[in-house]
Amino acid sequence: MTLATKIRTLALVACALGFFVAGQSVAQTPPAPVNATSTPPVSATEGARLMPPAVGAYQSPSQRPEAGLMANDAELLHALTPTRGWVSIPDQKAATLIQPAGRDWRQTVKGPIRVWGSWLILGMCCLLIAFYLLRGKIMIDSGLSGRTIERFNGTERFVHWMTAGAFVVLAISGLNITYGRYLLLPLLGPDAFTSLSVLLKYAHNYLSFAFMLGVVLMFVMWVRHNIPSKLDLQWLAVGGGLFSKGVHPPADKFNAGQKLIFWSVIVGGATLSFTGIWLLFPFQFGDVSSMQLMQVIHAIVGLVLTAIVIAHIYIGSLGMEQAFDAMGTGQVDENWAKEHHGVWLAKVKGQAMPAYKMGHD
Amino acid sequence: MARMKFLLDAERCIECNACVTACKNEHEVPWGINRRRVVTLNDGKPGERSISMACMHCTDAPCMAVCPVDCFYKTAEGVVLHSKDLCIGCGYCFYACPFGAPQYPQAGNFGTRGKMDKCTFCAAGPEPSNTDASFAKYGRNRIAEGKLPLCAEMCSTKALLAGDGDVIAGIYRERVTTRGYGSGAWGWATAYGEGSRT
Repeated sequence: MTLATKIRTLALVACALGFFVAGQSVAQTPPAPVNATSTPPVSATEGARLMPPAVGAYQSPSQRPEAGLMANDAELLHALTPTRGWVSIPDQKAATLIQPAGRDWRQTVKGPIRVWGSWLILGMCCLLIAFYLLRGKIMIDSGLSGRTIERFNGTERFVHWMTAGAFVVLAISGLNITYGRYLLLPLLGPDAFTSLSVLLKYAHNYLSFAFMLGVVLMFVMWVRHNIPSKLDLQWLAVGGGLFSKGVHPPADKFNAGQKLIFWSVIVGGATLSFTGIWLLFPFQFGDVSSMQLMQVIHAIVGLVLTAIVIAHIYIGSLGMEQAFDAMGTGQVDENWAKEHHGVWLAKVKGQAMPAYKMGHD
Repeated sequence: MARMKFLLDAERCIECNACVTACKNEHEVPWGINRRRVVTLNDGKPGERSISMACMHCTDAPCMAVCPVDCFYKTAEGVVLHSKDLCIGCGYCFYACPFGAPQYPQAGNFGTRGKMDKCTFCAAGPEPSNTDASFAKYGRNRIAEGKLPLCAEMCSTKALLAGDGDVIAGIYRERVTTRGYGSGAWGWATAYGEGSRT
């Protein structure tokens, strides 16, 4: 959110500077001659670089303060705020004559968001490939014990996969809106690409509700396991043991890495939901400038969360033995649990199972 | 080839809305969509000016730049047109347009905006000109018939000019010179760049 504001502020400042310079150059042009005879010749190719109109010719500026402003100067002054007037038609949005913020939005979306977003996504993929090549699949150091234990119950798995499934479609359709024009359009051609994009647009708009519901349920279900604790510092201090064999910092139901993904999804998901609903119902909550801001926030948070989730998908599937089973069948090997969630395993084994029907009891 | 532009002389516009009506009638524009509108600034106060505004067919058109499906194109005369068959109704062109030109036939809740509609400079769309399908989507193609946009053609005070940018700028320049004042061509700096300021 601060990033979006920063980008916006930067764009506005750049715009302001541009207009300041433009204003200076206009101010330097000589005053307009009132009579036709002293008109300087203007070449046709220059278009209409006309003299600033001398409004004072028919009324003194003191009589009419606004009259001293030429419309183009007014346009310059209003360059940072929409120029609003009055219209006789019912659609009052039409009363905004010029909204210069559209240009800032365009520069932000086509510039930083598109470029940084691609670096973010590609960078994360490269990082994970490098990690896989260096570390390989993280195996259970002590081998399989043959005894399994329930890690996630049916409700937890259902909520996880509902949210995950929705998010994958949302991310792909979101990336399509940002990058499809450059990546898919040349491959598919305009007609097929439009058909696909329409489909993805509706998927994005409707599956968002499954995602939002999932985020709420996950919060209710798992928040008590995701409160930061001292164990997290230990875990983070040794990098979670991710980078070296045989290092297994103690962790409860969720380790610090999982807590980070949990809070990323909760905070990111809430932001995406808020901005998404704003955009889903145009003009219900604000005007076009608010929608531009919401779109910028939505795009940035969406790209960041996509990058985070790519890493989550990696470690939950290819990156670690048995990690997928935890959310797949719900059953994990006890040795896996001992290595990665020792505190949790001890609690589950030490006390009666029903009390540890994890999540919501 | 001529570079087509609109130019509105705010000293002449009397806010009669004939351009709006002519446009709606000529193209049978759907209810609720105004391809052209008249905005009055400082209404009822000294310095009141009315400006008839539509798509300005920008030189570096923001709508074209941001469209996720690349449905816009520019004709040889500099007119910015789009394909309603390719438009997915995402609203991006509306966010980007400085002039509020792109509009949608529906309110747009849950992304159901329908296909974007905007001023075509009376040049319709990509389909063969003046077929029923083309008319239903984009309206009449007056340019193909050798005519200029109707809004400007029937402007009673000739406040609204449409045509070759150099020619209409020349007309406006002459007016300003003759009468000794003018309030500038609204939107030109935004649409055609700083160099085109009148």
